[in-house]
Amino acid sequence: MKKVFGRPKSMKAAEFHYCPGCGHSIIHRLIAEVIDELGIQEKIIGVPPAGCAVLAYNYFDVDMGEAPHGRGAAVATGIKRSLPDRIVFSYQGDGDIAAIGTAETIHAANRGELITTIFVNNGVYGMTGGQMAPTTLVGQDSTTTPGGRRLERDGFPIDLSEMLAIAHGSVYIERTSVHSPKHIIHTKKAIKKAFKTQIEGLGFSLVEILSPCPTNWKMSPIKANEFINSTIIKNFPLKVIKDEVGKL
Amino acid sequence: MGEKKLLRGSHIIAEAAVRAGCRFYFGYPITPQNELTEYMSGALASVPGGVFIQSESELAAINMVIGVSMTGKRVMTSSSSPGISLKQEGISYLAGQELPAVIVNTMRGGPGLGNIAPSQGDYFQATRGGGHGDYRTIVLAPGSGQELADFTRLAFDYADKYRIPVMILGDGMMGQMMEPVEFPDPIDLDSLPHKSWVLDGAKGRESRIIKSLILDTAAMEEHNWKLYRKHEIIEREITHVETFMIEDAYMAIVAYGTASRIAKGAVKKVREMGLKVGLIMPKTLWPFPKKFFLEAGSFITDFLVFEMSTGQMVEDVELALRGRRRVHFYGRPGGVVPTPEEIAKAVTTIYYREQIDRRD
Repeated sequence: MKKVFGRPKSMKAAEFHYCPGCGHSIIHRLIAEVIDELGIQEKIIGVPPAGCAVLAYNYFDVDMGEAPHGRGAAVATGIKRSLPDRIVFSYQGDGDIAAIGTAETIHAANRGELITTIFVNNGVYGMTGGQMAPTTLVGQDSTTTPGGRRLERDGFPIDLSEMLAIAHGSVYIERTSVHSPKHIIHTKKAIKKAFKTQIEGLGFSLVEILSPCPTNWKMSPIKANEFINSTIIKNFPLKVIKDEVGKL
Repeated sequence: MGEKKLLRGSHIIAEAAVRAGCRFYFGYPITPQNELTEYMSGALASVPGGVFIQSESELAAINMVIGVSMTGKRVMTSSSSPGISLKQEGISYLAGQELPAVIVNTMRGGPGLGNIAPSQGDYFQATRGGGHGDYRTIVLAPGSGQELADFTRLAFDYADKYRIPVMILGDGMMGQMMEPVEFPDPIDLDSLPHKSWVLDGAKGRESRIIKSLILDTAAMEEHNWKLYRKHEIIEREITHVETFMIEDAYMAIVAYGTASRIAKGAVKKVREMGLKVGLIMPKTLWPFPKKFFLEAGSFITDFLVFEMSTGQMVEDVELALRGRRRVHFYGRPGGVVPTPEEIAKAVTTIYYREQIDRRD
């Protein structure tokens, strides 16, 4: 019998701890497929965050070094500067990258560090139980915004990817989503392009991926995906935010 | 053979680090240690494979250190008190992940922004781990230009040998003073022991994880005990203390770093007056030379701990002596650097008050 579908080589035979309907599992798989397709399993080093995805190192069958909360870009910088011919990626959530780790991220992008960041935006602090994230929408409920995020108290959701696009050292930044098969397929293309940007030595690359968190959004997985489609993408539009790959 | 150079303290550490095989340095400006960062920027630009980044913050610097250390290369960062506070998060991770690194703290007056004058107020922070969690870092306290050079080499060797962060604890005076130093030859990077645990891409081997998250309490407990056992070995193997004129002494000053230099001058002065006083200079602050103090306590009845703080190392001396001998304290915090005369006065006051040489 011909095998038509299997576990990517770059994934361990481990059971995900992620909740049903969580986007992390999908995104992990996409990254592993890209690592396989680019043939870089033996030369890639990943940097997982603090947050739900801290256990990413249990799933990727590649070298992984855990960063303190928010410091993924700085740890990845150290690894890449030490081993310039390896591929280095950080995997970070919205709280990790857009709140506590904002400075490290902006400066890594601005230095044009040859790293790739996978930024998973689910608008909530998942692991700690659903508090407001820097990307929580105005009006969106969280455990620290009962009744919804209020502008006058909580400020605006932050457009980190747009901010990073201003940095001169960033080369490729795209916002995608995994709420439908079409979007999942496109997200994989974006991840592949981001890794290729690094392999070609062009500069900092990042893919922001809108991802469902049914547990903390208190929705069914289907409703969560619908919420991305109906509401989140209006606030975080899916688009190529910066692409200088062809120009370099 | 080595090479003799006349350099200021900050430059001595930097030059010694490069000669010890350090090819990676990350730092953020803060007085009084900018000369170290500046020296590294030039030195690492002129050695093959050298990487220098002026980071956006102390947090970024220590996390770049973590990244390089994961790949097994020798790496250093430096700062002064307020900046070291920021680095403590990363130092805790280094300890938890058992990663080698060298951190230089050129202490200044505090707390808070304090001032930029020489101080020894960070002793507790340095010797008790400093960041969160149950760990220690090796703390070396050089007291001369030559020791700055020698201890910097040792710091890298210890860090690699024990997979532990090592702190070199100095102050603004140590950083600024010019002294002639005999540098050892640069090491051959290829001669360094192989590290079997590094991240460099899982080529022809199982993939590796470097982490400090251990959710299982039994495993976390074992990890803590493992670190503890390592600390015990370190305590046995590297504890180091030096002395000056203690052989016939009834009383000893205990001081480290800049304070020990001042104390040496004080000992010479009171010796001229016939007082039987010596000097004990701990060179490793962690591990603290506890055993040595028990032995010294067999003939020295009074210990005067002199620190440029309100009294921190004095607690370790008291713990080491376990109440068997009198422990006195003289401190000048806030960046004040007392003269040998001032310390000599403090010594004589206690010496006569306690009738030290008339007791058994």
